[in-house]
Amino acid sequence: MDFALTEEQQELKSAARAWLSERYPLDRDFDAPQDDRWAELAELGWLGVSVSEEEGGVGLGFVEEALILEEMGYALYPGPYLATVGFALATLGPEERAAVAAGTTKWSAEIDGLVPWLGSVDEVVGMDGAAHDAGGEEVATVDPDRPAGRLAPGDGTSLAGSRDVARARAAMAAEAVGIAQRVLELAIAHVSTREQFGKPVGVYQAVAHQLSDTYADLELARSLAYWAAWCVAENDDQAAVAAAAAKAFAAEAAVTACERSIQVHGGTGFTWEHPLHRFYKRALWLHGTGSRPTALRAEIADAVIGAPVPA
Amino acid sequence: MNLRDTPEEAAFRAELRTWLDENLPEERRGRRGGEQRFGDDFGRDWSRKLYEAGYAGLTWPKEYGGAGAPYSFQAIFYEEMARAQAPSHVGVIGLGMAGPTIMAHGTEEQKQAHLSKILSAEEIWCQGFSEPGAGSDLAAARTRMERRGDVFLVNGQKVWSSFAHIADWCILIGLSDPEAPRYKGLSYMIVDMHSPGVEVRPLRQITGEAEFNEIFFTDVEVPAENLLAEEGQGWQVAMTTLLHERGTLGFALTAALEVGVDRLIEVARERANGDAVARDRVAQEWIELQALRYTNYRSLGTYQRTGIPGPEGSAIKLRWSEQNQRMTKLGRELLGAEGILDDGWWHYQQLRSRGNTIEAGTSEVLRNIVAERVLGLPKGR
Repeated sequence: MDFALTEEQQELKSAARAWLSERYPLDRDFDAPQDDRWAELAELGWLGVSVSEEEGGVGLGFVEEALILEEMGYALYPGPYLATVGFALATLGPEERAAVAAGTTKWSAEIDGLVPWLGSVDEVVGMDGAAHDAGGEEVATVDPDRPAGRLAPGDGTSLAGSRDVARARAAMAAEAVGIAQRVLELAIAHVSTREQFGKPVGVYQAVAHQLSDTYADLELARSLAYWAAWCVAENDDQAAVAAAAAKAFAAEAAVTACERSIQVHGGTGFTWEHPLHRFYKRALWLHGTGSRPTALRAEIADAVIGAPVPA
Repeated sequence: MNLRDTPEEAAFRAELRTWLDENLPEERRGRRGGEQRFGDDFGRDWSRKLYEAGYAGLTWPKEYGGAGAPYSFQAIFYEEMARAQAPSHVGVIGLGMAGPTIMAHGTEEQKQAHLSKILSAEEIWCQGFSEPGAGSDLAAARTRMERRGDVFLVNGQKVWSSFAHIADWCILIGLSDPEAPRYKGLSYMIVDMHSPGVEVRPLRQITGEAEFNEIFFTDVEVPAENLLAEEGQGWQVAMTTLLHERGTLGFALTAALEVGVDRLIEVARERANGDAVARDRVAQEWIELQALRYTNYRSLGTYQRTGIPGPEGSAIKLRWSEQNQRMTKLGRELLGAEGILDDGWWHYQQLRSRGNTIEAGTSEVLRNIVAERVLGLPKGR
């Protein structure tokens, strides 16, 4: 039993943190089009982390992918890594996997009738588990980096694998953890320097305790997210409940962390200029994409209590 | 990262499970609070059995009666004890606080005299920290320790002291130098509870049971060699005790919570199966239980690698206490009209849970600790 990150996992996480913070600093122009640097990701091997070496990947697993996703949440990475690696990869066959690892194909998946990034990916895994053409009209969502559209009617081409809902949920939980971590850090920095009544506002318990609560939420969410990632990577029996638990808890934790961070930032946190609202919008996107927390908890209730018996 | 037992861990778990099946009487499983600790001699006998089987002090060095096992074995021990709904070792204060503090600051004579007796329950320990005027503000302790040659004369009052009415020894913090600056005038000693001048008065709590006590010290003579560390270093020694109180508790707390959540799920299945709102709340408790469980594992993993528990451990007691209050209240609620009957487990647990956010560091103090020591926020005091 050893639930700490290995040295290699920590190194990968640090490398992702460094790469992302250099290319996606928080003072960037969020309103301008953002480069997803897909070719660089392919070169780093991060598109094929869980793809076998024979297929051009690195032969690691989903835990390592979850760590990259966490860092992408932390940096507000704009591209469709979540969709390609988190939503689609498990459904693909060897050739498609190799193309993902090489950086030549971007994928998304249809979720509740909507396809995130429909306009910017190459292929889509439909609800039917088949490959469909991407492209078509998109609508804006709460997260400006993540527009969505609907698949054109028609049959797709069948794919080798099946859809892995647990993996998609665990991936979203990992991103949510990164978001909560970053907005907590922003809040700490702000309340440690912003002074009112002659003292940094962080000395006041009404402010400080909100951040202590965020910290507790964050660490609990992280534990669930890593547990879910491990279960998905190991194909463990508990993968379904672990991923449902992680997604429900981490999405709620991220949204609440953003709301508390906005609150303790005062008026600054409510401005367009400050990046906080971008994190908040991504957290809301994760909260609302796929099953909502109450639906996930209903699945867990079915698993642990048993299916409801009508009175 | 690997959540599966190693072969050694799996063997230990299997052996412990068998031992519990063979040694724990059925009627002693899942008893409510105080009665299993204080009702009769069972508590001490059971603790001695655990010791003789090698399960007390799993991580303590062999020279002091421990098993010298890795921390993961301690975690497995708590999990299996919870699964069997087994009563805990009666020496909670000795195992969790007095023992580790003596190991860190005691002389070799003190270690030889007490550590193995803590494990075997020959010595029950209590904690003399809080006073009527010093709760969260421990440094305000006013129990006087006056040096008189080879002894200290101790006078004062301690309160909220669990196990004091059955205790043989006490870890005591008091004021040895009233002129010294704050924190510097405190000393820490171990006191024989059978000394003349020690009087214990049980305090009845809202459950109706008396688990904790007031202790009155009147001209109690304590030999100077009973000091832990030097005179005036009491604050530093007390910090060691509190680190252990909050650091090693996580698995035991979570294991106890798991017993409650399992019972909650049973109540929901029988009483609220078709109630979608109740199902949602039960699922939330199950999720948070897993969150605490895996946070313990993460903290343990960091501890095994670095020798220092991970900072995430500081959130565990805070969240556990709030969850136990929510969970027990929900259990009572789901029982419907029967929930107001004084019928044992749920009734006792729900009332007892109100102490959880006060004992071993109030939630307010714990939020301050997280803010200042983990998040590095500016200090308010």
